[in-house]
Amino acid sequence: MGAELRIAIATDADIVTARQEGRRWASSLPFSASDLTVIATAISEVARNIVSYAGSGEVIIRVVERAGRKGVDIEARDSGPGIPDVRLALQDGYSTSGSLGLGLPGVRRLMDEFDIRSAVNGGTIVSMRLWTR
Amino acid sequence: MLVPILKQGDFLIASIQSSLTDADLLQLRDDLVEQVGRYRSRGVIVDVTVLDVMDSFAVRTLSTLAQMVTLRGAETVIVGIQPEVAFAMVQLGLTLGAVATALDLEEGLAYLRQRTKRSGRGGR
Repeated sequence: MGAELRIAIATDADIVTARQEGRRWASSLPFSASDLTVIATAISEVARNIVSYAGSGEVIIRVVERAGRKGVDIEARDSGPGIPDVRLALQDGYSTSGSLGLGLPGVRRLMDEFDIRSAVNGGTIVSMRLWTR
Repeated sequence: MLVPILKQGDFLIASIQSSLTDADLLQLRDDLVEQVGRYRSRGVIVDVTVLDVMDSFAVRTLSTLAQMVTLRGAETVIVGIQPEVAFAMVQLGLTLGAVATALDLEEGLAYLRQRTKRSGRGGR
């Protein structure tokens, strides 16, 4: 594949840019309008996590292919404080920044694949994929 | 991006024109809550037709806006949530709780007229 879209995230305006650019990038694949909205919403949530918890980071979007099926891969990475308990962070209703606590658990439900790697003081990487139907 | 707020009789209509940042959403909330008092409005319509994403922050801010408007003695109705946005909100588990919604501006106005007909602050 090779091609990727990298968007630096530091402010709330970057959240808007990331979801708009991400949607445009994903619209080159045969996603439904609902799927594109799901992708844009998921990008918005993970980008906001970066701004809220880490201050800055980046969102990387790639087109991926597996067994003839195409999809979009979204990675959100930061060098922030990390998530001490990933399992807890994925519980509905859990929040440490005053958000609804629906961010990560909701995003996990939206996407076909979802993974978080995080280390205390070592940053966080959220990876997720949605495949075309 | 400032959201224009139109005063129409007893109601305020905020028509979102483009994607909003978190700061824009908070500004909209504060402006509406303030203008309900300034214009003695009895109802508020927030038109979100152009929003192609309503994430947890947007939903939470609109819920808070509606609760604050209620505490100021007026009604709120959110209009124009697009089908794809509704789908994503359901998938995400985001709800607007008790906040009233309507299909479009016309339905929203009809709702507010009905809701404020008998109750509220009396005649104009």
